[in-house]
Amino acid sequence: MSLMTDRKRVIGLGTAKSGTDHFWKSTVTAVALLVIVPMFLFSFGPLLGEPYADVQAALARPFPAVSAALMLIVGLYHFRLGIQVVIEDYVQGPARKIAIIVAACLSYGLMALGLVSLAQIAL
Amino acid sequence: MVQFTLPRNSKIITGKTWPKPEGAGTVRKFKIYRWNPDDGKNPQVDTYFVDMDDCGPMVLDALIYIKNKIDPTLTFRRSCREGICGSCAMNIDGINTLACIYGMDEIKGDVKIYPLPHMSVVKDLIPDMTHFYAQHESIMPWLETKTSAPEDEWRQSIEDREKLDGLYECVMCACCSTSCPSYWWNGDRYLGPAALLHAYRWIVDSRDEATGERLDDLEDPFKLYRCHTIMNCAKTCPKGLNPAKAIASIKKMMVERQL
Repeated sequence: MSLMTDRKRVIGLGTAKSGTDHFWKSTVTAVALLVIVPMFLFSFGPLLGEPYADVQAALARPFPAVSAALMLIVGLYHFRLGIQVVIEDYVQGPARKIAIIVAACLSYGLMALGLVSLAQIAL
Repeated sequence: MVQFTLPRNSKIITGKTWPKPEGAGTVRKFKIYRWNPDDGKNPQVDTYFVDMDDCGPMVLDALIYIKNKIDPTLTFRRSCREGICGSCAMNIDGINTLACIYGMDEIKGDVKIYPLPHMSVVKDLIPDMTHFYAQHESIMPWLETKTSAPEDEWRQSIEDREKLDGLYECVMCACCSTSCPSYWWNGDRYLGPAALLHAYRWIVDSRDEATGERLDDLEDPFKLYRCHTIMNCAKTCPKGLNPAKAIASIKKMMVERQL
């Protein structure tokens, strides 16, 4: 049993002096995705199921390649920011830190994998 | 992980069904959460029957009827009976509201009454508000000034005074905070809609000179940024206020001072 005052309990470790940057980046990437997702769907959608040579030729053009790259970078960065918020909401204790690190590794790993694959196809 | 189920000692069991009042005309059934810290039993839901011909129109009238005429052990807070003190906040028919201004005609079927959700219960319909009040205190709910106090009063233009409308009316009943899932999961660190609405009330007060310090104190992923605009707070507020909008305004100011 702790004999801390209620005020002391509320103060905790004080204010982190961060959070706005995360919020602002989430907001900006969300707005950016409003443009990027249709761009990506418009350029990448028709390629689904097409022969490899056609896909390669299409992704060698700037617009589809840039759309796919932006989708990977901005989309997965937005995912990384968002999933951290979800983890902070629902996971407590030491598992919270581990889950945030794992989610970040997963996001950046997928981003790197996607970009390398795109480069291999497009170049 | 957050706990999605009730702990074993909080599981609700069926309680006592009290007899119908004798000679009653129109009778309405009430199912009310009961928990006594002294008997070591799990919480239970008791059933009461209220004679509507002998009772006022509000839910609080029915609770007072039950306490006076059926079961004097039923415990709840109440004071002003007109929605200004915030004491009788409870969960009625699935909605956090004030029993004194919630009409029974707004409820279909049985009237189900529980304490405010996700708060420790002191007894029956009384939640422990200690942490909630400490959070309110932490946002410095008073005028902070650095300029020497004027001889008569701190003056405020009519336009600046109007900025406090929709904020100053909050009666700290905790209906909003206890309806917020973010507050349920992280109420130890997230200040919740009520405290943040009050924080904004002082941030936008033209007479207050601690705006920067107030924003500094909220710059935190948990204190402020647990709000995900779920809007339960605005939906449930018995005074018709919009804490989510106040929180969004704080976030906007946070960004404004950085860009």
